[in-house]
Amino acid sequence: MFAIEVQYLSKDYAVGFWKKQLRPALKNLTLTVQTGETFGFLGPNGAGKTTTLKLLMGIIFPTSGSATILGKNFHDPGIKRRIGFLPEQPYFYDYLSAPELLDYYAILSGVEQAERKRRIPRLLEQVGLSDVGNKQLRKFSKGMLQRVGIAQAIVHDPEVVFLDEPMSGLDPLGRHEIRELIQNLKDAGKTIFFSTHILSDAEALCDRVAVLHKGELRGIGVMNDLRSTTAGKTEVIWEGPVALQAVARLTLESHVTGELVRVKVASDALDSLLEGLRRQRARLVAVTPLHGTLEEYFLSKTSEEEPVRA
Amino acid sequence: MTSRLSAITLNTFREAVRDRVLYNFIIFVLLLVASAPLFSQISIGMERLILVNVGLSSISLFGVIIAIFIGIGLVSKEIEKRTLYTILSRPVRRWEFIAGKYFGLMLTLVVNTGLMTLGFYVALLISDRAFKPADAAMLIAVYFIVLQFLMVTAITLLFSSFSTPIFSAIFSFALFAIGTFADDLRNFAALAQGVTKWLATGVAYVVPNFASLNVISRVAHDQHIAGKLVLYNTVYALLYSAAVVIVSVLIFERRNLK
Repeated sequence: MFAIEVQYLSKDYAVGFWKKQLRPALKNLTLTVQTGETFGFLGPNGAGKTTTLKLLMGIIFPTSGSATILGKNFHDPGIKRRIGFLPEQPYFYDYLSAPELLDYYAILSGVEQAERKRRIPRLLEQVGLSDVGNKQLRKFSKGMLQRVGIAQAIVHDPEVVFLDEPMSGLDPLGRHEIRELIQNLKDAGKTIFFSTHILSDAEALCDRVAVLHKGELRGIGVMNDLRSTTAGKTEVIWEGPVALQAVARLTLESHVTGELVRVKVASDALDSLLEGLRRQRARLVAVTPLHGTLEEYFLSKTSEEEPVRA
Repeated sequence: MTSRLSAITLNTFREAVRDRVLYNFIIFVLLLVASAPLFSQISIGMERLILVNVGLSSISLFGVIIAIFIGIGLVSKEIEKRTLYTILSRPVRRWEFIAGKYFGLMLTLVVNTGLMTLGFYVALLISDRAFKPADAAMLIAVYFIVLQFLMVTAITLLFSSFSTPIFSAIFSFALFAIGTFADDLRNFAALAQGVTKWLATGVAYVVPNFASLNVISRVAHDQHIAGKLVLYNTVYALLYSAAVVIVSVLIFERRNLK
């Protein structure tokens, strides 16, 4: 059984005042997420990531398509006991303290009183907020609010956690803290569906990623496989700029700094390049195979025209 | 379901208390108690009449203002600040959210009215030096004021479920004003002819009838309030409010919360 299964999910928004026109925000999204997986949902701003999460949470209704979460229809109220959600740049009831807020959300999620008393102090400690006492949330920093956000998403111990841009707007320290919290959830065996446009976060945390662009799914797969699709290049550095002219046709890009020349070359052209450099009597400094990065994959997918199905 | 409903109700009440909404009753009490001796100087022999009219009308007006100004943000503020996202991603039905918000605001208004009524009786005691048996009848007027709040809150919630706070406030105040003159509208409908008669009769029955809930002047003149009126007004206010809350739920159930 998949933790999440999305089938042909679409959402059109009516825009305009008099003459309403339909603007597609999400087009036939189809994907699956395995139980226990950390799934990155990547895309530039306006790609349709938040729309997808709002659809899955029942905040907006789809134009067409459907989804199942833990084997049940996503509109089944019973399933919401088993999922947690952190919206993008969350705002909470700022007149409440962190324990009051978590207690409120735990009641709404059906957690019994005895369990709430036991779980909430432990959870506050887990997110590093055990010392906030009864301070109202209006006095919290952005990083603290984001930690409260994670805490409210898991206060009822859900099996699947949806996080919408959890690192957005945080400083490097705050991002590191949230990344640690997500890693802890991952270690605890939770399924995490995690939307972001910060690729380094996805690279550090995700098992699989999907790339969304202009409402269309552009790519999906296991992290290492995706990176390898953009690998296959080697960086070569040598001394002697005069040799560059003889091998220039083999290189993908080149930079000259004083006597040093640094080029990138396709791996299958490496032997010819090295042979050319020997003939030119250039002094070789380094030969380094390059690994594909998620960024390269992301850029290649967000500039393509053809969507994919997965 | 009950725990979710009561949690939303209590949280709405807690928000009003922490936003110091109930502090308005202190201003009310101070003004009323301070001005009570003045009434006797400006209107010899009529101070009690004026005090009852001013006191009960103020309780009504303060409550309506609170109902509308909190009511217009009940739903829209939760959407705007996206707090609703974390509510609806839990096993909370949309109708539970609307009903919880409604009961929460009503709880605020009932507590507020209770405190103001207490202040009103203190002013009455200062003015008359003792309670009279007729003073108990004032509670019927207060009860009708609470019934009025039931309807005003429901109407404001209805507008809040699909409109912006500014439009919700304008529509709610407009409907409150029209409802205050509901008797005149009915009299006009009775005298009109043809299509105008049909239209005026239709409007007269759709708009809330706040006129029949206003017995302030009658209790001020120590006139008897019939038990039948209490029953009719109770049934009318409950049915009208329930119908409006149901319409709010039906709208909200289908709404995309962008």
